[in-house]
Order: sequence, then structure tokens, then C-alpha cells
Amino acid sequence: MSKQLEVVMAGFGGQGVMTAGQLLAYAGMEEGKQVVWIPSYGPEMRGGTANCTVVISDVRIGSPIINNPLSACVFNRPSLDKFGAMLRPGGLLLINSSLIDVASGRTDITEILVPANDIAIKAGSPKVANMVMLAAYVAATEVVSFDTLNRMLELKMGKKKDLLAVNHRAFEEGRALTGKVFTMR
Amino acid sequence: MTKKLMKGNEAIGEAAIAAGAINYFAYPITPQSEVAEYMTWRLPEVGGVFVQAESEVAVGNMLLGAACTGKRVFTTSSSPGISLMMEAMSYMAGDHLPVVIVNITRGGPGLGGILPAQSDYFQAAKAGGHGDYHAIVLAPSSVQEAVDLMILAFDLADNYRTPVIVIGDGMIGQMMESVEFPAKYREPVNPETKDWPLTGAKGRKARVIKSLFLDPKLLEKNSFDLAAKYKVIKEKEVRCELYKVSDKNRLLIAAYGTMARICQTAIDELEDEGISVGLFRPITLFPFPEKEIFRETAKANIRAVLTVEMSMGQMIEDIDRCIKGKKPLDFYGRTGGIVPTPNEVKDKVRQMLAAK
Repeated sequence: MSKQLEVVMAGFGGQGVMTAGQLLAYAGMEEGKQVVWIPSYGPEMRGGTANCTVVISDVRIGSPIINNPLSACVFNRPSLDKFGAMLRPGGLLLINSSLIDVASGRTDITEILVPANDIAIKAGSPKVANMVMLAAYVAATEVVSFDTLNRMLELKMGKKKDLLAVNHRAFEEGRALTGKVFTMR
Repeated sequence: MTKKLMKGNEAIGEAAIAAGAINYFAYPITPQSEVAEYMTWRLPEVGGVFVQAESEVAVGNMLLGAACTGKRVFTTSSSPGISLMMEAMSYMAGDHLPVVIVNITRGGPGLGGILPAQSDYFQAAKAGGHGDYHAIVLAPSSVQEAVDLMILAFDLADNYRTPVIVIGDGMIGQMMESVEFPAKYREPVNPETKDWPLTGAKGRKARVIKSLFLDPKLLEKNSFDLAAKYKVIKEKEVRCELYKVSDKNRLLIAAYGTMARICQTAIDELEDEGISVGLFRPITLFPFPEKEIFRETAKANIRAVLTVEMSMGQMIEDIDRCIKGKKPLDFYGRTGGIVPTPNEVKDKVRQMLAAK
């Protein structure tokens, strides 16, 4: 059985879900895995929802479109309503509990509550909520190493030293939230 | 060579530069506008030129003019934009001009939508403009293959002096995958090394490039010349890929582009259920892999053939003529920007096998 993990990152436009997904894809590629990053593209309105899917695999990736992903990080309520129901049984769901005060109601998946915005503000900027979430996701799945993730972050944001420090703090805080609870299959 | 994570649209632009093609004419249209966006800063870095035209009709005619100089020229667009270029496309074919046209297809007909589709198969593979002509048509199924086929497209265009279409659905343009580019980029082609471009007739006899032949004998000769060229192309340039094709297969799926990858997933999952299905993926839509699909479907273990497309059924007409009625042929497709899922493909396969 091949090892493939799919994650949907979903939230409002501007919450950084695309960036978080790209960083994960970069890290996967850096570790020699096959990766696909695909945005939800289509007609959208300002303030509407945005999401991307990242597929990380040990073998050639088939369908880039994943209708029932194994995992999701949801940043707002509409995303929870949409993707919470789509996860495959046995899947993993990370919920931004700063902005979402309910759970998915499912008993066949693992849920982790991540107060991403609260932690981000403590780390120095509400903008890094996406990085808190990404770090919690990587801690829960170990799909890539934090070493690689940090290196990719530096590669992408190396020029903005102050921003980099805030992002690193966000990573540490997010990582501390959870241990490994989920295994790729 | 280092791997880069790149969006298909940007990778297509970079691949053209790797092929030494730095003359780009375009008009923006979703879902491929990122190519033009990329080229606005990337082409000046390599001494290239990007002309944003006032419309796709103008793009087509700019290509026609620029191709006459013997330099590598290209455009990228999407379905409605491609339709507007079809007059110039016919002229370029008739003029024996090398040009590369990328169609990141969206749903149609008409203005349609902006989501992925494969509904331009007929237009691409059967000649979308008037007259007796063909373009070579290449259909990538990943970002890496889009890069490789872009480079090949320019070589084929030059070798055969013909328009080449690279056709991908919106997903090929929008998704990011890891890609590698050749370590060494090609130098732009020197027109003086060719014997036909219009480079100024100083010190030599003037050359004429035209597709107007009022003498029917001359026009017929031009069509014979084109046909002779297509015959060679059909013999030498067919490309296709087989996936999990074996004598255990009960069914063969034919699909191209992103649709083939979705079928790949369906095939992997069916294999886990003990149902063996193979995939036939044409990479060249013209020349179509006629002998290859016939050979694969004629095998005794293949009970039926399924064509899956993001259209109401276009490539299936080529499959149908090639398998010559030897096996039952069925179709599954979604369109308008709706992409068939692996589950839908699996259901269709189970249904076909149960019906026997």
C-alpha cells in the first residue's frame, strides 16, 4: 500500500491558507517526495472562502483533485461545515478554535483544536495564525520534519528578518500543541 | 538540475525560454493569465519580447508575421481565445510556419466557464480553422510533462515547419508540482540557418511565404505537400503511455491529460479490489496513436474499452475508428468544469463488468 497524505487548508481569503499549503509542499519536495499543490480556483468574491489541497506521496501522484481528503485544517466556520463532512473515516481534522466554537460532530475522525489566532497574537502577529496551524499539523502527522519546514520558511522569507522571527515563534507554539497522533497509510 | 515547485502556467512560460523561444504574443484569459504575468518580468531578463495584443485575433496575426522571420514564436491562451486565433492558425499551417500555441482549456461552448475541461479536442486534433490541415497536438498530464512537451513542441514545429498545439486543461495550468528544467537552455534559433525565413532579400533571391494560390494546380500541390508532411509525422511522432497494462486486465481505459491521472487513481484503487484495469494515455492527440490503441484493445483478455473525458465525448471518436469495432466501447464524461472523480470512474468500470 502506497503512502499518500492529502490535506485541505481552508479559510477566508487572506488567512494565509495558500501560503501554508505551499510551504508544506515545498518541504515535501525538499524531502524527496512527490507533491501536488492545487488551489480551489473558480469565481470567488472578496471575503469569500479560499482553499488549497496538498498531496504528499512516496509514489507518482494520480488524481490531483481529492474529493475525500484524509486530513484538513479549517480556519473558519464555513470551511469546517464544508470539509468536516468530506474527510475520509479515520481522518484528521485541525480546527481553528479561536474563530470556530463548534466541532465537526464526527466520531470517526481525530480532531485537534488549535487556537491559531490567539497563539499568533501572542507570538507577535495575528497574520501567523496559518503558521501555528501548519506547525500543529506537521507535529500531528510528522509528514515532514521541522528542520525542513524551518529551512523552507527561511528560503521563502529570508529577507524579512523580523517577520521570520515571528514565524519561527508561531512554529514553536503550534508544534507544542500536539504530539504525533496520526500515521500516513 | 534542481527541483523547483512551480505552477503549471509559470512552468510553461519558463519551458519556452528553455527552448530558446523568447518572442511571445498574448492576450490574458483565465485560467492561464499567469503565463503572461510571468513573462512580463521574465522575458526582459533574457532579452525577449512580450507583446500584449489588443485581442486574440491580433495575437494570431502577430504570430503569423513573426513566424515568417524564422524565430521561435508562441502564445498561450484558453478556449475562446484560441477560437479567435483559428483563422491565423489555418494561414500558418498553409504557409508551413513553425509556431507553438498553448491552450489551457476551459469549459465551453461560447464564453463557457473558467474551470477545467477537455472540450476542445475536436478543435485541436481535427484542425480548428478552415482548409486541409493539421497541427501536431501534445497533451501533458503533469507540470513536468508540460515542460518537457513545450520544449519538444518547438523542436517539432521547427523540424516540420508546422503549428504545434500544447493542450492542457485548467488544472495543468493552476496546480503546482515539482519540475526540473534542462541544465543548459537553448540559444534562440538563428533564422539564417534556415532556407525559408523572410530575413531581407539582400544579396539573394526574394522568398515568398503565402497561402493564396488561385491556380488550383498550385493549391492542390500545397495540400499534397502538407499531406506528405503529415504522413511522416504520423509515422515518426506518435507518443503514448501505458499504465498497469497487463494480460490480467479485463478492461482498458483510454484517457489523456489530467483525466488520465484521475483514471490512474481509479485503476490503483480497483486493483486493491482485485479488478485489473489498464490505462492507455495518448500523449500526441495528432498524430493519434492509432496502431497502439488497436494493438492493446485487440488483446484477448480485454473485454471492453472505456473512454473517460472532461467532455461529452470527443476523443472517443478517434478510439472508435481505431479499434475497428473489435471490442465494445463505452464512455464516461463530465463537462462544464466538473471533473469526473476516481469514484465515478470506478463505478462506471464495475457497472460495465457487471453487465457482462
